[in-house]
This record gives sequence, C-alpha cells and structure tokens, in this order.
Amino acid sequence: MSGELAAPRAMFNPGSGRRRAGNALFRGVIIALGLLAILPFFVVIYHIIVKGAAAISWAFLTQLPKPVGETGGGMVNSIVGTLLLILLSVVLSVPFGVMTGVFISENKRTRLSSATRLLINVLQSVPSIVVGIVMYTWIVVPVRSFSALAGGIALALMMLPIVVKSTEEVLNLVPAGLKEGALALGVPYHTTILRMILPASLGGILSGVMLAVARVAGETAPLLFTAFGNPYLNANILKPVDAIPLMIYNYAKSPYASWLQMAWGASLVLIIIIFLMNIAVRSRRDTI
Amino acid sequence: MKAEKVFRGTLSGTSYIVMILIGGIFLTLLIGAWPSIVAFKLPFLFTTVWDPVKENFGAATFIVGTLLTSFMALLISIPFSLSIALLLGEYYRSGIFSRIIRTFVDLLASVPSVVYGLWGIAVLIPAVRLIERQLHVVPYGVGMFTAAVILAIMILPYSASIAIEVIKLVPDDLRSAGFAIGATRREMIFNVVFPYARSGILAGFLLSLGRALGETMAVTLVIGNVIQLPKTIFSPGNTLASVIASQFTEANGSLHLAAMIELALVLFIITTIINGISHQVIIRLGGEVHA
Repeated sequence: MSGELAAPRAMFNPGSGRRRAGNALFRGVIIALGLLAILPFFVVIYHIIVKGAAAISWAFLTQLPKPVGETGGGMVNSIVGTLLLILLSVVLSVPFGVMTGVFISENKRTRLSSATRLLINVLQSVPSIVVGIVMYTWIVVPVRSFSALAGGIALALMMLPIVVKSTEEVLNLVPAGLKEGALALGVPYHTTILRMILPASLGGILSGVMLAVARVAGETAPLLFTAFGNPYLNANILKPVDAIPLMIYNYAKSPYASWLQMAWGASLVLIIIIFLMNIAVRSRRDTI
Repeated sequence: MKAEKVFRGTLSGTSYIVMILIGGIFLTLLIGAWPSIVAFKLPFLFTTVWDPVKENFGAATFIVGTLLTSFMALLISIPFSLSIALLLGEYYRSGIFSRIIRTFVDLLASVPSVVYGLWGIAVLIPAVRLIERQLHVVPYGVGMFTAAVILAIMILPYSASIAIEVIKLVPDDLRSAGFAIGATRREMIFNVVFPYARSGILAGFLLSLGRALGETMAVTLVIGNVIQLPKTIFSPGNTLASVIASQFTEANGSLHLAAMIELALVLFIITTIINGISHQVIIRLGGEVHA
C-alpha cells in the first residue's frame, strides 16, 4: 500500500462550509491528540536522562552496592545478574521456541498446530507476576533457595511466545518454491528444514530473539520471587542474583534520596540497552 | 527415513510440551490455592476482609481495585489510541512523519514497567497531588487514579498498533465510494472506516485491557498498597497483581499463602478469558493483523 487515498480536492467537494469546517476541525483534533499521546514518551525519557545522567559514573557501573548509610556504591552485581538471566533464558527458550515455530508454520491447518497457536497466545497473556509465583512453586520451593535458574526459567517462559510467533512469521515469508525444489531433488525433509529453510530465515529469527530479549530485559515481576536479588557478585545459577529492573524496584521503594538517584541511574542504563536492541531490530527490518 | 521420523516427531513433540506447560501452570495455581478454595469457597470473590492474623481472606478489595484501575486506564487511553490509529492508518499511512510517530509509539511500549513506576513516583504523584488539592480531596498523590494514568500510557501502544492495522485493512474501494457520494474525510471515517474496522478496534482495546489487568510493577509503586475498598477514584488501594508483588514474600501461614495464590489464579483466569476473546476476533480478521 503506497500512500493514503487522497480525498477529492476541495473545489470539487460539494460539501457546505460547515461540513468542510467540521472536517478540518476533526483532522486538527486527531493530529493534536495523536501528538499528545506520544508526549509522555518524551517526558519520561527527559526525566530518565536528566536524573539518570547525574548518577552514572565509572564507579557506578563497576562497583558493588554499599550498605545503608554509606554513600556511593554501584550496580555491577545487577548488570552481571541481568546478563546471566538473559543468557539462561535465551538458552532455554530459543531452541524450543524455534522448533515450535517451525512446527506450526509447517503444519498450517492441523488440529494440533491450531491448538498450539492458541496455547502460545494463552501463554503470552499470563501476567508476569503469575509466572513468578508458578516458578517459585516449581523451582524455588523444591531447591529451597531463590536462584538465577528460577529467574532464567521464568524469563524463558515470557520470551517463548515472542520467539515462536516471530519464527512462524519469518518462515511463512520463505518462498514455497525453495522447499519444494529441495524436496523434489530428493533431499530428506529434516535436511531441507535444517539446511535450507532455517538458514534462509536466520536473520529474521535473530531479530525476533533480540526483540524478545529487549522485552524481558526490563521484566521485574517474574524475578521478585525467583532471582530475588543479591548485593554481591554471583555466577552460580543455583544462588540468587540481582537484576537491573529488580534493583530499580528496590531502590525506587526506598525513602533515601541517594538510593532514588541510583534507581534513576539504573533506569538510564536499562533504557539504553533496550532502545539499542529495538533500534537494531528496526534497522535490520528496514534493510530486509 | 528414520531420521526424518524422529525429526517430525520432535517437532510435534513441542506442541505437547506447550500443552503440558499451560496445564502445569493452571494446575500449580489450583493446587497451591486449594486450601483457600476449600476454606472460603465462592464467597472468597465477594468478601472484602483480608486479615492475616485471624486467617480470614477475601478477594473483593483487590478485584474491585484491578477492575477500577484497568477500566479507567482504558477510558483514558481510548481517545489517544484512536487518534494515533487514524493518524497512521488513515491520514498519514506512509512517509517520514508516520514512521517517526510509529517509532515513538513502539518505543513507548518498550519502556519497562518498573521504569514507569519510578517516573510515577517522582513526577506523576506530585502532579496528581496538585490536582487533588484543587479538587479538595485528600492529597495522597498515590492511588487508583495515578495507577490508571500510568496504565493508560502503558497500554496505549497495544490498542493503537492493532487499530492502525485494521484501519489500513479497510478496502480503498469503500473509501473511494464514500468520497464519490460527496462525503468529507471525517464523514467517510465515521460512516465507512469505523463500521468496517469496528470489531478489530474493539479487539485491540480488549487486548490492552488484558495488559492493564495483569500489569504489576508500575501499579505497585504508585497505588499506595493499602488494603481497603476504594471510596473514590483517588483512594489509595491495591490490585490483584500489586498485592501479590508487595506481600507474597511476607505471607506467613499456609492459608495466607494459599489465599495469595488464589488471587493469582483469579487474575490468570480473568486475563486468559479477556485475551482469548480478543485473539479470536483478531484471528478471524485474517493473517495480516499481528497481536
């Protein structure tokens, strides 16, 4: 679709002055409300940049948090924790999600694939706090400890629907002739999928994964009862870890001005990470 | 041929694992909530008492809080969301202006909930306090209204992006026919575009309502976390999600924990139904609309 359908020129428009005025007024209101709708974005970003930049320094990015009462301290534990959680969730959700996406794209109208598509939508609608409670029951209670693993699985569950859907969409764009040609040459089905279809759609799948990572990198609710938070550096997946959004939440609740400032600093770091990923996906899409 | 069978089997196996996951989530909540379901039965949904000391629990306060904030958020977001949809789906379908606006709408959706919450604490709560002083109500700053405003900002991109796509799906022939009988663009929008795109636009609103119902962090930070039935739209209170976020780890006693999990079960059922309806409508519209 290229461009919008033009309304007839005013000189041919039989509308009376009042109707034309109403039309112009309506257009004005729509433009005003539309611009007003994205105003909160600029207000939020303005505050994050102004208040966040004041908090960020090399020490802030590389030091551990200081105990209550001491000034200074940083967020390196939550940066490392977030990286660990994202790594875990990608490892757990991407292979399975891509396979599920291949299945529902390859079997368009079977009962099993329609049911799967429906259930993936259900999974996407599960509130993040509910995912947190379920993972608390599944992992934290049996292991008897909050852990990075529980948090990683919770985030993997949130990523899964995005990975499945984007994989399905990308595979649907692969020309049918490619697959038919391979099968006609006698190439086995699994070789066709693994060696032709998936490599052909790798870029699109990666975009989907990045979008999913950008989405869960800011998730807090699923981590409250799973990763829990940890003021020390930790790379043991069976022990609790901190995460940037968890840190923002804990500092945002606090009454101390210096902690609130650290929450702003952490927000700026998180927003930069998420926006960079979004813009990367966007520019990839434009070039495809 | 054996490798091929294994491969096909693995692919369809993923479907069964997804089923087990969803079934497992539902069963986990049901089993976890069971002591509370047995103890309080159906009145759990209609009583407002929440007393961890006497171990007497009811969900009505939180259900009212959840519905009140979410519907207020939906009402606030509707005019803005429709304007964005008409702007990008009707007036400026392509070009640099539309791409810029579209990018900002998408970025609005990518700001994490907890960051909106922090912004709410620092900026929105003082602003609401000023409004409350003008209206001569108790200037808490925190409360239902503040939560609804934040939620409205957060859900706007979801309803808007679906409405943009369904408005673009309206056939240009119909638009031309509207113009041909002398309609202005405004008249054409109200008599051709809206009737044609109605169900899709409604589905988008329903989907954004589902988001608002389950939204946790931003709401928890600005709603006041008081367990009482809201008297006005400015009252501090709690939603299902916010009370779980702020009290789950402090739950002592098995019945308290079970009641918390039953709140999660109620939330899960409400959001699944709302989202289920909107997804069915969207699927019926055809493959070009992505939720």
